Amino acid sequence: MPDLEQAADRTAEQRPAAGRHFMRFTRAQRYLHAVLFTTFLGLAGTGLPLRFSESIWARGLASAVGGFGAILFFHKLCAIVLTGAFLVHVKDIFTRGVLHREKGIFWGSTSMVANWKDVKDLFGHMRWFLGLGPKPQFERYAYWEKFDYWAVFWGMLVIGFSGYAMWFAPFFAHFLPGWALNAVLVIHSEEGLLAILFIFSIHFVNTHLRPDSFPMDMVVFTGVESEEEFKHKRTLEYERLASQGKLEARLGEAPQTWQINFSKVIGFTAIFIGLTLLVLTLSAYFI
Amino acid sequence: MIGSLSARISLVLPNTDFAPFRRAGTLIRASVLTMGLVGLLLAVTPGHLRAETDCLACHADKGLQDSAGHSVSVDAQKFGSSIHGVLKCGDCHADIKDYPHPDHIAQVECKTCHAEPSSQLAGSVHSSSKDHPCTSCHGDAHSIFPKTDARSAVYPLNIPRTCGACHGTEGMAKKHGLPSVYPLYMDSIHGFALSKEGLLVAANCQSCHGSHHILSHKDPQSPTYKANIPTTCGTCHAKINVDYQGGAHGKAIAAGNLKAPVCTDCHTAHAILQPTESAFRMQSTPICGSCHKDKLSTYRDTFHSQLGSLGGYVETARCWDCHGAHEILPASDPRSPIAKANLVATCSGCHKGANLSFVQYQPHANAHDRKLNPALYFVRLFMNLLLAGVLTFFVIHTILWLIRARVDQIKKKSAQGETNA
Repeated sequence: MPDLEQAADRTAEQRPAAGRHFMRFTRAQRYLHAVLFTTFLGLAGTGLPLRFSESIWARGLASAVGGFGAILFFHKLCAIVLTGAFLVHVKDIFTRGVLHREKGIFWGSTSMVANWKDVKDLFGHMRWFLGLGPKPQFERYAYWEKFDYWAVFWGMLVIGFSGYAMWFAPFFAHFLPGWALNAVLVIHSEEGLLAILFIFSIHFVNTHLRPDSFPMDMVVFTGVESEEEFKHKRTLEYERLASQGKLEARLGEAPQTWQINFSKVIGFTAIFIGLTLLVLTLSAYFI
Repeated sequence: MIGSLSARISLVLPNTDFAPFRRAGTLIRASVLTMGLVGLLLAVTPGHLRAETDCLACHADKGLQDSAGHSVSVDAQKFGSSIHGVLKCGDCHADIKDYPHPDHIAQVECKTCHAEPSSQLAGSVHSSSKDHPCTSCHGDAHSIFPKTDARSAVYPLNIPRTCGACHGTEGMAKKHGLPSVYPLYMDSIHGFALSKEGLLVAANCQSCHGSHHILSHKDPQSPTYKANIPTTCGTCHAKINVDYQGGAHGKAIAAGNLKAPVCTDCHTAHAILQPTESAFRMQSTPICGSCHKDKLSTYRDTFHSQLGSLGGYVETARCWDCHGAHEILPASDPRSPIAKANLVATCSGCHKGANLSFVQYQPHANAHDRKLNPALYFVRLFMNLLLAGVLTFFVIHTILWLIRARVDQIKKKSAQGETNA
């Protein structure tokens, strides 16, 4: 990834080795994540009252944002922004992977595409959970991170298509069979629910709340992580870069205090909203 | 005025067959008119002659009380202008012949003259004359006005207040288990028409319940008995009654099926709301669903219901937006809005651009019914399995991971602790 390598050169000599920080996400990737989680929280916050419209909190949430009309308006607004972000991402992948033939996009150790090692890592990781084997070492993206990525990718296609089919139902009716108009709501709400439950429980814990990252992994906000963290979490990538002599090219600036504080405020707000919505969702089933 | 005077005169001179009247018509008519004018003059003169001066000598005193402390004062002017102003005191207080009269005199029996209302009242829910004397509705016997007179307690615009004196209090609920309906009525569309617009044709209490012969709604003779309600409301809402009678509910009621809804089941009896109001739109669906349970449950699964349940006046379809409100017809009836040929028109009411393919959408599809909606059934099953499968796997994965990572962390810390020590 050329932009990653360019960004870090200036600081390479200035910093002592112990306090070195390495770039993981580019500015564009962090912005994409910010747009993604902002619109996702918006979609979840306006979609859940619709999904559980009979529950006690649904009307409260609906009126808090300005009633049923505002609920739909914000839901559609977030949907359009997220669709835009999705298209920007797809265009980016297409440009880099297809037009520029950049390596490591569709295959290889830096790709998001699953490979045989991911399957081995999954089972190896599970064996380690149970104390039956050593802890597997991971490359740039671990199997659960790839799953997160593809779950969101698939989710956006499925939820997006079914959502637009409901929004423009008379148009979609030209080429969809009658039963599909019924099915799109089931698909939209079940897939949406899966996304919400998955992100607010599994993704939050796996990425932010697990002991290695607790209480929050800041790398998606600041873009950099400490050498120690890099080595510990993505040993294979660290070793590969070191052996290739490319490690220095990935050096980045240690985040400023304000950056860390700002990221904490944003991150904890997102996690708090997410966990609240998770509790509300579960309460709709059990109360 | 002249008309009511002539009526009054005919009361004074009931025998209009009297021969001279017929023979010298013109002359007599002129003299009757003169008498009328004299009567008019007398009517506006305080302490006029017909309210007997002997009685008024004492009873005109505003502070006059009987031994029990009740006022026995009579406002001669008011009495004179009242509907009973033509009567003499002794016509009603027949037991008083001389002065001084005894302290305790007989209670005046209205039924002496008003036999029919009295017998109707005796057969009504207000039959206890002790609790419901005529005066409880008509007011003080010495100032009763005809019901067309705005001063009358039973003038259309005054009736709710008159009935509300009892039916607007909590005591009514405790004593008879009846709701306090007066405030409900006053906030209803009928109450507003009456109190704000002063519409004489607006339904007041007696328009539906009758006046003297008020019966319990459980009595099949009552205009508020369930089967009679469409006819009662239809007195004013004639077109809607015709529509209703032609629909499934009207036919069921006519066939004696009292489970079918009548006007009041949807609109309520007293707190009647504008059907376009959000409150009514919010409450109407559960009412239909109280009988059509399976239809309500499948409706609940749709976007119509999900958005509609969030409150406010939302245009998402409620039962009657598609099925009609009064003339509800089965889909097999070509006039029904849900008949196949009419679906495009019905759905187009909200969904601009609805076409034949669009109306294949099933507003009551059941995703749990494999025979009825197989495609939807399997889509739902797949989505549920996907959701359950992914979450189950990752919940287990995450919990195991958390435990293992924490154990490792503690081990590492304690190892560090030992080396430090």
